[in-house]
Amino acid sequence: MQVSIYRFIPDSDSEPRMQDYEYDLPDDRDLMVLEVLENLKAQDPSIGYRRSCREGVCGSDGMNINGQNGLACKTPVSEAVSRDRLVLRPLPGLPVIRDLIVDMSQFYRQYERVEPFLTNDNPRPAQERLQSQEDREKLDGLYECILCACCTTSCPSFWWNPDKFLGPAALLQSYRFLADSRDTATEERLSKLDDPFSVFRCRGVMNCVNACPKDLNPTRAINEIRTLLIKNGT
Amino acid sequence: MKNLRTLDFDGLIVGGGGAGLRAGLQLAESGYKTAVLSKVFPTRSHTVSAQGGITCAIASEDPDDDWRWHMYDTVKGSDYIGDQDAIEYMCSVGPQVVYELEHMGLPFSRTETGRIYQRPFGGQSKDFGRGGQASRTCAAEDRTGHALLHTLFQANLKADTTFLNEWFAVDLVRNQDGVIVGVIAIEVETGELVFVRSKVTLLATGGAGRIYDSTTNALTNTGDGVAMALRTGVPVQDIEMWQFHPTGIHGMGILVTEGSRGEGGYLINCDGERFMERYAPTAKDLASRDVVSRSMVIEIDEGRGCGPNKDHVYLKLDHLGTEVLNSRLGGIMELCKTYALVDPAVEPIPVVPTCHYMMGGIATQVSGQALSQDEQSDDVPVPGLYAVGEVACVSVHGANRLGGNSLLDLVVFGRAAGLHIQDVLGQGISQRDASASDLEAALARVARWEESQKGENPAELKAELQALMGSSFSVFRTEQKMQDAISKLEDLRSRIEAAHLTDKSEVFNTARVEALELDNLLEVAEATAIAAEGRRESRGAHARVDFEERDDENWLFHSLYFAEDRSLRKRAVNFAPSTVEPFEPVKREY
Repeated sequence: MQVSIYRFIPDSDSEPRMQDYEYDLPDDRDLMVLEVLENLKAQDPSIGYRRSCREGVCGSDGMNINGQNGLACKTPVSEAVSRDRLVLRPLPGLPVIRDLIVDMSQFYRQYERVEPFLTNDNPRPAQERLQSQEDREKLDGLYECILCACCTTSCPSFWWNPDKFLGPAALLQSYRFLADSRDTATEERLSKLDDPFSVFRCRGVMNCVNACPKDLNPTRAINEIRTLLIKNGT
Repeated sequence: MKNLRTLDFDGLIVGGGGAGLRAGLQLAESGYKTAVLSKVFPTRSHTVSAQGGITCAIASEDPDDDWRWHMYDTVKGSDYIGDQDAIEYMCSVGPQVVYELEHMGLPFSRTETGRIYQRPFGGQSKDFGRGGQASRTCAAEDRTGHALLHTLFQANLKADTTFLNEWFAVDLVRNQDGVIVGVIAIEVETGELVFVRSKVTLLATGGAGRIYDSTTNALTNTGDGVAMALRTGVPVQDIEMWQFHPTGIHGMGILVTEGSRGEGGYLINCDGERFMERYAPTAKDLASRDVVSRSMVIEIDEGRGCGPNKDHVYLKLDHLGTEVLNSRLGGIMELCKTYALVDPAVEPIPVVPTCHYMMGGIATQVSGQALSQDEQSDDVPVPGLYAVGEVACVSVHGANRLGGNSLLDLVVFGRAAGLHIQDVLGQGISQRDASASDLEAALARVARWEESQKGENPAELKAELQALMGSSFSVFRTEQKMQDAISKLEDLRSRIEAAHLTDKSEVFNTARVEALELDNLLEVAEATAIAAEGRRESRGAHARVDFEERDDENWLFHSLYFAEDRSLRKRAVNFAPSTVEPFEPVKREY
């Protein structure tokens, strides 16, 4: 197999290039893309990428794999490779720092803008706040986000307006708190979202749903927010 | 040296996992100038991988539950070298700390009455071991670590904590009075070296499971804090105590939560026999982890392993039904399908004991204050240095940690350290600044790698070290293998000190970070080896073929390892809780 990796080391490269490596796949088992990268890095330590948990929960190693955003540690080579070629590029739409490492600042800023923390003005009880199983179920499919940015960097609306449109990951987290029966800041949250860009630049392209390595559905969350905003406006 | 940038803080926390974030939150809310320095963006920390839950007597599943029962279980689990004052503190303060997490928004699973859901975990009992299995582990499905870490990160955003994300701490800076006055760190994105000066430094760098070739730990768990302490002359305690989790996915090392057995799963050998009934007639598959792991290795060694090579056993979950599996163990379902190509609803999961947790670490008081020992074997504080979480050994886990106690440890002692440091800062601290030579000492390692012109490949040396530790210091240990490994480690040390960093670039140089991590792995491996060889008994996770029995007469002690003369000393275990009678050592049976 040929592995083609996007390389850019600002210390020495004036512009990005693709570097090709030959890789012998084992016959007896499939590998994850991250294992291929780790083995290549053992030979060429200069290849730059982020990784940590290697089991799809920390969200470090989001990258563009043969044209699809995904986690390197969770993407089997057999599913990604086309015509015996594995092509690895950084997540699109964010500035590249080096090789497969992008500057995530804009992504994190949008996350922070939705105030991703529980707000509850009532006095704290001595024990936990009660929440019914039905209310807790409303958080399923929302709280599991790992902030890998695969969704947001696959979204054309984010590419066009990365500073104004919050992007699918931030909006999923926004809805995670809107949907939480323990949160009392619904009105404030909605009023901060009520402009033409923050939410409404979503055009329903649904790249986010395809890209999410945790099988979450940001488009559905965005539609829920739209509904709340429209209800709130009438 | 003139150009070394300096940043100043009241409190510096090194590590952005559960312990670091809980401490950071406490300090940031107190108004002191606080920074959390983390080599990864905080939500990438290894806490995120914790699955089953956080054990705590909140009396949701059982209204009669009592933190003293939790304390009893923890002391017994530790094989009696857990410090009882610390365990008492953790178990009694625990409920309040868990409620705080819930108030911050942690999305716990719920009971029918809307309280926090609790599940059974290994080593748990009611009524001091007399009342049968308890259900004491508070859970957010099987993604509790993820939920906890994100909630704490979010709370820190609310509290406006300063983050130095993707900064790698190289070494502690110690002034001429022996006071820790901060760290030398690399801002990884630019490659710039910075002196991060602080009145107090709290290590929350987590564990070092990557000293082994087969581990559930993240690639980033390289023992940075332990190694920094050892290089600064601070000893580490009970570092021979490594937990092997019974259910790592065979060949992958990926964890399957103990909660899967808590929900009713069990282990079988090649004959389909539920073999834990023979080893632990009462608790069976929910005996504590050291017991289950040893039983599995015996089954495999005696030829009752599964698969073509008979080198693993099976974890059977299919009888639980898809509804329980999907609602309580959704994360496990996903991990097994992705990494073991097994659907647990249909077929059993191949599992083997896999390195999971470092019980040892920097000895500390309940406040997180790091400790050393003077010549009279009395505890002495290391001024300016604190430690919490897996890097610390406070010691609540002793020779064997109970499942669900690590998350509790992180938040209880992260909070305690934050509160204590707040007090200390309030009293005012004055310390001499670091001299040029103090800083040079902390920069030496970076300089060594920068100047390397030839030598072996760090990645290959790392693989060699991991294989050596895996073959010599896993579930069962023998004198000869340990002796051989100690001399091989000496050889590895000279080779690592002569190894070559080929990539000298500045911008986001992960090769440099990994080279520095290799130094750290070596420190932890060597400490482990010497302490394991030195403890001539079997206790908790430390099982020696040549000393099969626990030896309370000689070894009802902590071990304390000093790197500068590679010596092993003893330190007394605390048997003085303040509100309950101490639990005296008895034979441990499940």
